[in-house]
Amino acid sequence: MPWTRDEMAARAARELKDGDYANLGIGIPTLVANYIAPGIDVTLQSENGMLGLGPFPTENEVDADLINAGKQTITELDRTSYFSSADSFGMIRGGHIDLSVLGAMEVAENGDLANWMVPGKMIKGPGGAMDLVAGVKKIIVVMEHNSKDGGAKFRKACTLPLTGANVVDMIITELAVFRRPDRHAPFELIELAPGVDAGQIRERTEAAYTERLAAGA
Amino acid sequence: MKFGERSAMASKLYEDASSALAGVLFDGMTIAAGGFGICGIPETLIAAIRDAGVKDLTIVSNNCGIDDYGLGQLLTTRQIRKMVSSYVGENKEFERQYLAGELEIEFNPQGTLAERMRAGGAGIPAFYTRTAVGTNVAEGKEVREFDGERYVMERGIVADLSIVKALKGDPYGNLVYRKTARNFNPMVATCGKVTVAEVEQIVGAGELDPDCIHTPGIFVQRFILATQNEKRIERLTLRKEEPA
Repeated sequence: MPWTRDEMAARAARELKDGDYANLGIGIPTLVANYIAPGIDVTLQSENGMLGLGPFPTENEVDADLINAGKQTITELDRTSYFSSADSFGMIRGGHIDLSVLGAMEVAENGDLANWMVPGKMIKGPGGAMDLVAGVKKIIVVMEHNSKDGGAKFRKACTLPLTGANVVDMIITELAVFRRPDRHAPFELIELAPGVDAGQIRERTEAAYTERLAAGA
Repeated sequence: MKFGERSAMASKLYEDASSALAGVLFDGMTIAAGGFGICGIPETLIAAIRDAGVKDLTIVSNNCGIDDYGLGQLLTTRQIRKMVSSYVGENKEFERQYLAGELEIEFNPQGTLAERMRAGGAGIPAFYTRTAVGTNVAEGKEVREFDGERYVMERGIVADLSIVKALKGDPYGNLVYRKTARNFNPMVATCGKVTVAEVEQIVGAGELDPDCIHTPGIFVQRFILATQNEKRIERLTLRKEEPA
């Protein structure tokens, strides 16, 4: 049985270490914040100039001057700091953020990521994604294993314009988890969703990868 | 006059938005505007630019407002020729004009856009960044290797006019922003040949803590009391109240 969106987010949350500074993208990555384990203290950063994101507000707490990078209303914590966009991207581009979780349209076996434009369609723009993948230490992609037409999203090479070249460290889909130890190494299939077998992953994946599944998986 | 005393010449406070913009608007100009989404946008000054009717504008701003609010208003009136932005997804009129070839867009990664304005304001004509190396955003730009890594050269931005929104301003043009309404405003304030600020509150000299001023007054030539502080919310998101 494939993992749900929440289970995918929970799996990504397991990659967070105590003391990490992390930036979460829009969609499933936002859900990661709900699954940070007790005892693991993580400070969330938002590109629009905030470190220490609190939960969404109650109706009484809503403040138009307090939003996250997804333009959602948010609250502050006792650790919160605010800063300019230049300082914010100084953190991101300067390598000070430990981990980012984002969505993708395609990932290539060499770690290339495409998630910002489809030629011929209305392009909304890269936002902060190109900066995040270029500067954050560890990049986790959370995406559907296949596109709506069934095509593989983890591919030999990206067909869409890139967001970054050789930037992805880990891929979590509803079927499997891939990881690589560093950005020179190939990806390894390390986990399968319940009831999914390695053969199904081979059929539904175009990228080359090695299998490193724990015994009994 | 004693040193430190304020002369009449130094008065930066203008009566209203149209008087603060008098003499600085012209067709074909470049305007940098603060704000992220519709948070921290100079609403009063945008409305005055709309009313002034100045056209063929190049607007440097992270986003382009929403259909009937913020910079989106200048799309409705066809005053914008080109946008320099990182993300423009929230605006149907934008999409229509762009697909019809009526509007030009130059996409910048968000951090590159912020740094371009910071650099422009600091007298730095260009800088190198790892962001966008190997992507089509880097096409046609110089790529150079430093310490074994490839970096793309990006240019600083200097605008003919910068418009910003702040919470507080004092008579010297010192500004303080509030929470995430700060966003691009500090860099925008530095990169204008002329910078006009609108503030929600005007405070007296000495009322701002000098240690806590976000934009020093040297960057602000003119300012007004903001008369439009609608502060719409793009994505109201709530959590359920915990039962008492």
